[in-house]
Amino acid sequence: MMLTCKQASQLISQSLDCPLTWSERVQLRFHLFICTACRHFKQQLNQLLIAIQQLKNETVLDQTIRLPIEAKTRILHTIESDK
Amino acid sequence: MADNVNDWLNDHGDYLYRFALSRLRDPHLAEDAVQETMLAAIKSNGFKGDSSARTWLTGILKHKMIDLQRKQFREQPISDLIDLDATDTSMDDFFDQSGHWLDKLQTFNMPDNTLEQKQFLGILDTCLNKLPKKLKAIFMLRDVHETDNEIICKALDITATNAWVMLYRARMGLRKCLELNWVGT
Repeated sequence: MMLTCKQASQLISQSLDCPLTWSERVQLRFHLFICTACRHFKQQLNQLLIAIQQLKNETVLDQTIRLPIEAKTRILHTIESDK
Repeated sequence: MADNVNDWLNDHGDYLYRFALSRLRDPHLAEDAVQETMLAAIKSNGFKGDSSARTWLTGILKHKMIDLQRKQFREQPISDLIDLDATDTSMDDFFDQSGHWLDKLQTFNMPDNTLEQKQFLGILDTCLNKLPKKLKAIFMLRDVHETDNEIICKALDITATNAWVMLYRARMGLRKCLELNWVGT
């Protein structure tokens, strides 16, 4: 049974979350061998995950981002009234 | 107690907020996460000197963020998602009748300088927030907080298959959004 691109792309995504079965792996490998679009899809998902890491790092390191004063006041107020 | 919190917020508030924002991608949620962290910190037995206060607070924050994301997931009605059967028609935007891609897929032109990088990450951030809330929540739990799949399913009370289908949809949506909005060089 040949995988369609729709099935192959599902398996590519799923493989990021759990190991595929032996037959899924064989079918996917064969599909990727002959299908450029799905190889690109696989690469896009990898690029997406790399970009997510970069986005996280960028925000953590951005010293211009600060806890808004109003939020700080509200938190202190909540804690006072929570006693 | 409030004195403690005041000190913590002065010394670590900005950092905790940045950390929360980096993983929640939503200023209001990030503020909530910092607040929950402070509430939990004063209720706990208190800080023991074997790690820095920042490390201790960040540890609490990580749990609080996952709680908040879980809540976000639960609060979204399932009806804003299409039927969770992987064979349904919601993927018709991407594939033709015979299961072939409708678009000619290319890899992304990844940014190669600081300015481009900033634009690219800005687009990614916008795309994340355009996802249906339920999909955003599960994507964040898995690919941003890097939570284990089993833990996600248990916490969200869904089957592994449902989780895969939702993650697949979220990733498909994100890459499509990037494809539409990022040209690169």
